[in-house]
Amino acid sequence: MSRAEATAAPAAFVPVASDLLRRRHWALWSAYFFLGLFCVFFLAPPVYMLVTSLKTSQEIAALEGSPWLIREPTLANYAALLGSPTFLNFFKNSFMVAIIVVSVTMVISTLAAFSLARMRFLGSTVLATGVFLTYLIPETLLFIPMFQIFTWLRDVTGIEFINRWWILCIVYPTLTVPFCTWILIGYFSSIPKELDEAAIVDGASTLQILFKVFLPVALPGLIAATIFAFTVSWAQFLYPLAFTTSIDQLVLPVGIVTNLIKGDVFNWGQIMAGALLTAAPPVLIYAFLMDYYIAGLTAGATKG
Amino acid sequence: MAQAAGGAYRERVVARGGSLARRRAWIAFFLCLPLILLVLALVVYPAFYSLHLATLNKSMTRFVGLANFTFLFKRETFWMVVEQSVIFAVSAVIFKALIGFLLAHLVHRLPDKGQRKWRGMLLVPWVIPPAMSTLVWWWMYEPSYSALNWLLRSVGLEAVPWLGDPYWARFSVILVNVWYGAPFFMIMYLAALKSVPAELYEAADIDGANAFQKLIYVTLPMLRNIIAVTVLFSLIVTFANFDIVRILTAGGPRDMTHVFATWAFKLGIESNDIPLGACVSLFMFPILGAAAIFILRDVHRRSRELAGVTG
Repeated sequence: MSRAEATAAPAAFVPVASDLLRRRHWALWSAYFFLGLFCVFFLAPPVYMLVTSLKTSQEIAALEGSPWLIREPTLANYAALLGSPTFLNFFKNSFMVAIIVVSVTMVISTLAAFSLARMRFLGSTVLATGVFLTYLIPETLLFIPMFQIFTWLRDVTGIEFINRWWILCIVYPTLTVPFCTWILIGYFSSIPKELDEAAIVDGASTLQILFKVFLPVALPGLIAATIFAFTVSWAQFLYPLAFTTSIDQLVLPVGIVTNLIKGDVFNWGQIMAGALLTAAPPVLIYAFLMDYYIAGLTAGATKG
Repeated sequence: MAQAAGGAYRERVVARGGSLARRRAWIAFFLCLPLILLVLALVVYPAFYSLHLATLNKSMTRFVGLANFTFLFKRETFWMVVEQSVIFAVSAVIFKALIGFLLAHLVHRLPDKGQRKWRGMLLVPWVIPPAMSTLVWWWMYEPSYSALNWLLRSVGLEAVPWLGDPYWARFSVILVNVWYGAPFFMIMYLAALKSVPAELYEAADIDGANAFQKLIYVTLPMLRNIIAVTVLFSLIVTFANFDIVRILTAGGPRDMTHVFATWAFKLGIESNDIPLGACVSLFMFPILGAAAIFILRDVHRRSRELAGVTG
């Protein structure tokens, strides 16, 4: 408003207005300049990942010219990976773990968040706080006692837990459930109370209120929580590194780090192709659902 | 007579209401039960169990009290790990916060329709699984093929032994962490900047405030809470970081880049000394405790608001 008035102002004010405009212009261009600089810094590694993945081993080893350019682009690295049963098995394990963890997480968090956002029971406020604190406990603190607990469970029950891919489905919810519950509490409690009162008047049961009122209304929150759970379980590195070792039990991140590096032989083209394929699912989700992704990221803190 | 009947009726209603409330409380509790079981069995129990593990001998057959701790205190490596963990976490968080703050301001200054595109590009490092982006950093640091050294040489600078020299290696792991984490700060601050009412800046403009004064007297006070929360979160996460150091250096050269998490992994899982590993990872507790106290205050305020809204 003020800017529009300034440009349409009488002749006497024109020099001031154009000075202001010039200053705004300059500020804008300097912003673009610095943002461009940071974009180069932020995007150089993924770009270099792509560049390397499209090179032949000979070209990588040649050490001629710029390493940032490709002279003979090839898809051989991707073909080799996608034709390798080992790599496809990593993919399968990762997908299985992610799908199971996301389902388990969403069931547990939705039920708990519904209860904590709308109902009261002895200790429910303590629990809501506790959930948040749980989210702060890093996995690096828990992996050693967990390892020992699973070893002990094997001795007692005779079931092998360590070195089975599905153990990750038991462990990952500790990373996903607290945060998802927390952001869902935020979404659920922003739903007007009149909505569930109306449903109660219509004779809806508690579960009907959850499924017919809360889930549809809080759909953006559910999507954000699902994305969070997926990306966390897809990217997790410490637990699979500690708990799984056999090649057929590995998930993608660990499989690529431990398996494509054989002794001192580094097949960098394939490693980068594998890294890119592993990064692809979360990046694609981000590209298509950016607003939900960011809503999930910021919901945890800005609502506090 | 009528009064008595009315009283009995009211009593019945109250009793019914009481049992209904009790039933609702039970339903509420059962809905939370999976969450409670998960947290108790896989977070609370392991956390306390690691306290117990830390007091056992290597074969976990004998109680040795604090012997593991005194053993650690006598090792030079332990103090190096403490030092490096603190250097790593503090410097990385400072740079992430500064870069994030700067970027948020720059993006906020752009016209609305351009913001989405820039924000989308700048958040990419945060979206890629850290283990995978660390791999490409490793490849860029690789001594004989280093793409970074190629760039340095092409502008006439000396090649840098990124991971070969202990001090450069410390710098390199911090650089990767800053690269990965700064976009998160940007997103947080950008969301917060958007919630600052424009009237405040207009009022400051009328009072003749310059850009720096607006930053100090309007933006920073309005963003104080979110800055505190993000810095605290990031401090915890960075202090407990594992992926980056593990993949880039695995603690080397000469154990100079080990942080608590990677050293605990090396001792506990790789060297099979679970009690000692548990012992090392326990040193992440103090920072957690301090953070928890700060955050609890915040959460309490929020649950009070929540109670106010619903009750």
